[in-house]
Amino acid sequence: MALLEVRGLSKSFRGLRAVHDASFDVPQGTINALIGPNGAGKTTIFNVIAGVYPADAGAIHFEGKAIHGLRADQVCAAGIGRTFQIVKPFAGLSVLDNVVVGGLLRERSAAAARRISLDILEKLHLGPKRDLPASSLTLPDRKRLEAARALATRPKLLLLDEVMAGLRPTECDQMIEVFRGLNRGEGLTILLIEHVMRAVMALAQHIGVLHHGEVIARGTPEQIVRDPAVLECYLGEETEV
Amino acid sequence: MTWHLVVNVAIAGLLTGLVYGLMALGLSVIFGVVRVVNFAHGEMMTIAMYATVTLFAVWQLDPFVAVVPIAAAFFVFGYLMQAGIINPFITRPEHSQFMLLVAVAIIMVNGLMVSFGPDARNVQVDYQLESYAIGPILFDKARLLAAGMALAASAALFAFFRFSLTGKAIRACADNWLGAKVVGLDVKHLYALTFGLGSACVAVAGSMMILLVDVTPVLGPAYTLLAFVIVIVGGMGSMAGALLGGVLIGLSEALAGLFIQPSAKSMISFGLLILVLLVRPQGLLGKKA
Amino acid sequence: MKRATLGLAILAALLVLLPAVVRGYALSVATLILYFAYTGQAWNVMMGFAGQLSLGHSLYVGVGAYAAGALFFHYGIGPWAGLWVAILLCVLLGLLIGFLAFRFGISGVYFALLTIAFAEFTRIGFDHLDWTGGPGGMFLRVAQRDAWDLAHFRGPPLMYYYTMLFLTAGAFVLCSFLLKSKAGYYWLAIRENEEAAQALGINTFRWKMLAVAISSAMTAIAGVFFAFYYNNLFPEQIFHISRSIEIILGPIIGGVGTLFGPILGAAVLTLLSDGITELLAALGWEMPGIKQVFYGVVLLVVIVFLPHGIWPGLARKLGLDR
Repeated sequence: MALLEVRGLSKSFRGLRAVHDASFDVPQGTINALIGPNGAGKTTIFNVIAGVYPADAGAIHFEGKAIHGLRADQVCAAGIGRTFQIVKPFAGLSVLDNVVVGGLLRERSAAAARRISLDILEKLHLGPKRDLPASSLTLPDRKRLEAARALATRPKLLLLDEVMAGLRPTECDQMIEVFRGLNRGEGLTILLIEHVMRAVMALAQHIGVLHHGEVIARGTPEQIVRDPAVLECYLGEETEV
Repeated sequence: MTWHLVVNVAIAGLLTGLVYGLMALGLSVIFGVVRVVNFAHGEMMTIAMYATVTLFAVWQLDPFVAVVPIAAAFFVFGYLMQAGIINPFITRPEHSQFMLLVAVAIIMVNGLMVSFGPDARNVQVDYQLESYAIGPILFDKARLLAAGMALAASAALFAFFRFSLTGKAIRACADNWLGAKVVGLDVKHLYALTFGLGSACVAVAGSMMILLVDVTPVLGPAYTLLAFVIVIVGGMGSMAGALLGGVLIGLSEALAGLFIQPSAKSMISFGLLILVLLVRPQGLLGKKA
Repeated sequence: MKRATLGLAILAALLVLLPAVVRGYALSVATLILYFAYTGQAWNVMMGFAGQLSLGHSLYVGVGAYAAGALFFHYGIGPWAGLWVAILLCVLLGLLIGFLAFRFGISGVYFALLTIAFAEFTRIGFDHLDWTGGPGGMFLRVAQRDAWDLAHFRGPPLMYYYTMLFLTAGAFVLCSFLLKSKAGYYWLAIRENEEAAQALGINTFRWKMLAVAISSAMTAIAGVFFAFYYNNLFPEQIFHISRSIEIILGPIIGGVGTLFGPILGAAVLTLLSDGITELLAALGWEMPGIKQVFYGVVLLVVIVFLPHGIWPGLARKLGLDR
């Protein structure tokens, strides 16, 4: 039984079919990626899993329990953390306080939440910026803050939505190390949406490819890179990996 | 309680409702485009009423004549207020915007109190006493003319937004502020223009209203609330909705005054507001946000 | 932080000792300042903390006042028992409004208008309610004004001053405790970005309702005070939208969402109002309405030039924390 099991997920918006009959597994302790062209339905899948809106059809099981139909806050309490593609920091709060809000879900006191938040900020290389207002951060830092905040809720599964976008190669490598560390060290399961293939190839053990709302391929990075359907719609004939 | 009494009261309510509708139309246009809650709307209406009283008292100008300079003056005033004072507040939190206009409203109401005192004022013209009759059904001449003016003004505004280039530009701003800027529209000017137009609507409504009721300074806040009730019931952003809402409110108030106690008629309006906010927050003719 | 605590201690001491140097009219002004400081803080919980703009807070003052007042008027029930009824009724009302608003996704302007509608509806309703005296009002018997009788909340102006001081101080302590607690963090998060808050496991509906409940309960207490301080209640007066605006003036001028803003704002406004009255009397300009014109102008100036209120800038200048 995989940590997350998605079966036959479908979602339409006023007649526009965003996701159709998507199924995939996210095994415990692995890093999985969802790739595909823009508009393929990747963020929609995230939003449905995270409880932002309900699916039209299909089932989602997390740790064997059904979570389709739960509210966003209930999904988080169940153990799934997520970041947003368009970052949503608490602009008026400091970087540290942003993460504390996340931490308060599991910690008993604000003080305890602050302790674990400082820890997480260090891990994500945001320590020095902890007292700055979140509104003053650059975009890459905001993305890291999103991740830090979600991590503070002690998720078993972390959904990362294009968290590498806008990062320089060195910053990207840093983040790759952070997530690899979290995966290896704490057994954090990660499902990420990415366009930055460098990160996908470095991190992902399994990849699912979406096109026009449908899963057109699933497999290891080596398999995906050779899959003709994938090459045709997304990766192109020559890939720089 | 004869049937023709009810019908006459209903007709009077309907006609008054059209004037209410014009007032609300001004608010709808302002809120729909500039997205600022004009908490001084009713106060502006009251000022227009007093202006009409003054022009009548000093120069014996009939309201249908006085409406022209008053509307023009209000247009300019509205334009300046938006461009000068309100504009920086568009990006500020809602409570800030609210309070800005509350402050303006306070200054307006009490300015009127200082200038005119608390006693009721009105205009007295001949045709207020005349009416047309179709059997037992009566149409007050003044009310009919006022409603006609309200309809004409609404139609003119509607035509402006539908057919003129500037009108379309304003609608573009309302739909997508950033997009409008990107294509080179002078949003600040268009916003000010819109506020000016909304103010002119209020002015016309006020000039007409004074033919139907007496004016006191304290009418301001009451009209502000009424305008909001109408706009919400009729539908934010819908011009026809404002008129429809106005007619509905005018009608229900008149009938409530007849069947229930007159003093309770505002309760109907507020009850309707609460109901609409819960059941259909976009209003009768509004579009979903 | 140490500087702030010291400043606070000095202020508290000054307020406690104030009646030694101030009597009569000035004492009643001080009581009024504290009243607005208190109600401002109560309102601030809903707006400054949870981000919900209520323009109908007079509803809770009025219902609280009438509840305790009517119980006293008809059954001789003392203010302490009446207090609980008042709080219960106001909390229920607040939760109703909150439920209707939050379940149906009403926020911002629409929420504000909803609160206005409820207050207005109640105002007109009470005008037609004979049991509470209708538009003619309800007058409470005042047994005596000399000895401190806390059980019946009757006594000299001094007693009312210290009661209001106690309430304001209590509200301050409560609000500072709330701000540092989980509730404070969650409310700020909801205010900043509700969707992000939900993604972090926050049941935003429940927390918003909590803010509404606390705010309305606190305001109910102010209503009970009002009833037994002024001893006459009129629907036109107590539920009027002007009362709601008065309540929010303090926090907005002082600084929404801050701890000290409502208190500072209340002080500034009341003293200013009085100062203007004196000035106008001296100038001989005593027409009705002229004072409010000045009021409005001051308000306008503050709003335009000090959008975050007076306190944040002042606090920075004085080197204080919050």
